[in-house]
Amino acid sequence: MSNLLYVSPSPHAHAPDTTRKLMFGVIIALLPALFSSIFYFGYGAIIVTSTSVISCLLFEYLIQRFIFKKPVTITDGSAIVTGLLLAFNLPSNIPVFIIIFGSFVSIAIAKMTFGGLGNNPFNPALVGRVFMLISFPVQMTSWPLPSGFSTGYTDAVTGATPLAIIKEGLKNGDSISQLVTQIPTPAQMFLGNMGGSMGEVAAVALLLGLIWLLAKKIITWHIPVSVIGSLVIFTGILWLINPEQNANPMFHLLAGGVLLGAIFMATDYVTSPMNPKSMIIYGCGIGILTVIIRVWGAYPEGVSFAILIMNAFVPLMNAYIKPRRFGKEVKNG
Amino acid sequence: MKTFPVGGVHPPENKLTAESAIQYLPLPLSVSIPVTQHIGAPANVIVNKGDYVKTGQLIAENKGFISAKTHSSVSGKVNKIDTIIDSTGFKQNAVFIDVEGDEWVSTIDRSTEIVTEIKLPREEIIQKCLDSGIVGLGGATFPSHVKLTIPAGKKCDILIINGVECEPYLTSDHRLMLERGEEILTGITILMKALQVTRAMIGIENNKQDAISHLTSLATAFQGITVHALKVKYPQGAEKQLIKALIKREVPPGRLPLDVNAIVHNVGTAFAVYEAVQKNKPLFERVVTVTGKLVTKPGNFFVRTGTPVSRLIDAAGGVPEDTGKIVSGGPMMGKSLSNLDIPVVKGTSGIILFPKSESERMESYPCIRCAKCVSACPMNLEPYLLMSLSEKGMFEKAEAERISDCMECGSCSFTCPAGRPLLDYIRLGKTTVIKIARDRAIKK
Repeated sequence: MSNLLYVSPSPHAHAPDTTRKLMFGVIIALLPALFSSIFYFGYGAIIVTSTSVISCLLFEYLIQRFIFKKPVTITDGSAIVTGLLLAFNLPSNIPVFIIIFGSFVSIAIAKMTFGGLGNNPFNPALVGRVFMLISFPVQMTSWPLPSGFSTGYTDAVTGATPLAIIKEGLKNGDSISQLVTQIPTPAQMFLGNMGGSMGEVAAVALLLGLIWLLAKKIITWHIPVSVIGSLVIFTGILWLINPEQNANPMFHLLAGGVLLGAIFMATDYVTSPMNPKSMIIYGCGIGILTVIIRVWGAYPEGVSFAILIMNAFVPLMNAYIKPRRFGKEVKNG
Repeated sequence: MKTFPVGGVHPPENKLTAESAIQYLPLPLSVSIPVTQHIGAPANVIVNKGDYVKTGQLIAENKGFISAKTHSSVSGKVNKIDTIIDSTGFKQNAVFIDVEGDEWVSTIDRSTEIVTEIKLPREEIIQKCLDSGIVGLGGATFPSHVKLTIPAGKKCDILIINGVECEPYLTSDHRLMLERGEEILTGITILMKALQVTRAMIGIENNKQDAISHLTSLATAFQGITVHALKVKYPQGAEKQLIKALIKREVPPGRLPLDVNAIVHNVGTAFAVYEAVQKNKPLFERVVTVTGKLVTKPGNFFVRTGTPVSRLIDAAGGVPEDTGKIVSGGPMMGKSLSNLDIPVVKGTSGIILFPKSESERMESYPCIRCAKCVSACPMNLEPYLLMSLSEKGMFEKAEAERISDCMECGSCSFTCPAGRPLLDYIRLGKTTVIKIARDRAIKK
């Protein structure tokens, strides 16, 4: 034999999965939501998404190339995912410079300062989003109503999100039955025909993404199910106690960013826990905190904050919540 | 269908040789028989250069109880006793014999007639296993007579027979079950007698339907033996996982199956026990699968121990042009060979030739904390954590995280999308932790 043999320790086989394949799997899962946001928000959706994705890639490239001076890994797809998720959390008429600013915070501050992919404690897209929300509260909360391509990027008619309508209404002393006429029907909300962040409105598109993620085994059921389950149970209890002061669980589930958060943001590999037990605790924490912020907090929406707060607990959970080791605590047969 | 509940992976099965009947490999011109082909104390050579030995003649004595004898696999003159590099990459003593004819020791019954009646009493069965050099043929090569000797205070209520063959590519156990079913079942009955148990369960993965139905129909003629189909999942053939799958008992960390009153033997071992007890034939021959996607004539062969791997590969059509790696054993736990003079030993279940495209490790990227290694680990450990603890030299923490529970099945490295060498570092940490624990025990 002319050639030398490779010698290495076992295993000598590897699953077809790679980081890049997983990231592009997530991108595919995000496509239905991308199409729905373009359908509802027209030019704005295209401009916001492309600005966000391109600037995320650019910041990652510049930092890896000129500050880290290490091989550039922007082709692994993680910056594209961050860019898409950041865009999905924004109103479709937000000025371009704010998007670039948000992308910078997401990539440079939330991701690269910690060492890049795999090392960041907080979800980069959410850090960027919350930073923008606090820095530009007016632009970040003027939500265009869905009008497709009939209006331009900045001249869309804006209106309140269903969550904001309920929050304001209840504050002004109205009851749910009085407010229900002002909010979209459940069917409209399911299809995404309402004001809100670009990617979060269409429940049906996000659920398609969830099916893809589960079918491709990119994520497990633990986090989405526990976020959604705890939110539905908690809001269900409040609703049963006083249906005039609390919206029903269906409304809480379909309005705002619960599905986007539960399916795509909370399940971010890097910032979520490492074993199923912790994943369920983490998911329930997000669900419960979201409801607390929505019902008793100052903001109408709380998914972003809830996920970031639970992100902070992940290292603690990884250190103290351990899987049940094989053979442990089992008496001899 | 039964399986173990935690972890596991599904590597492509690639059982290319499942339909190939076992062939006898023609005798090589010379053999180099490693003296120690088992786990335990090394054996002592009892032949000298120039001696004439017969096929089946004892050439190395066991040293102590946890050790095994080694027999010559051919007849001929001892050319030299020298060191060779075996499949582990370490040097050890081997007896080199130039083959002359094939003269067997006269006590061996070479007829093909199947003897099912068991005449020997319990103690003599165990003695026979010791005298015949029987070791576990599933790969661990633990001396079988030790496993058959139940220490005082322990009891065994069930014998589990491992016909799982969960490693991809390998089909040696599969073919043996199809072609030597009755012998295997007789071997199991002998093992049951030695262990004084009334129940034996054979676990076979469901990708071997023919073997399951064949053994099930044969087993009706044998007392107390049942055959069980298992869902295909790696590493089901691992002792602790198989016990869990079949009888739902969990062997505690650092303990043996006997601690849950069970004993596990491989189907190949059952066959070797049959030959030793009923036919008086020592263990010097075994079934080896030679396979690979590019191999022209992959197959299953009865091979004498000491036969160089190159000889086997020649029988399968030679080394294909594009070969990059040659592995002894399965792709998940096998050892890659550094040269082709390495001899077949009692524990060699297969030789796999990988094309270059499947030989190189993928590049390693940062951990993205996807937790796939955690869900793949059949021992429910956290491989990502054990790797970083080993990498940073935090061995005490690694011990507390139960690094020594790792059985090195490779599911974590297999599944890691970032291509991280998880098992490499875990091995490193594990051996260090074992050493630290040993030093601590000595100090006390």
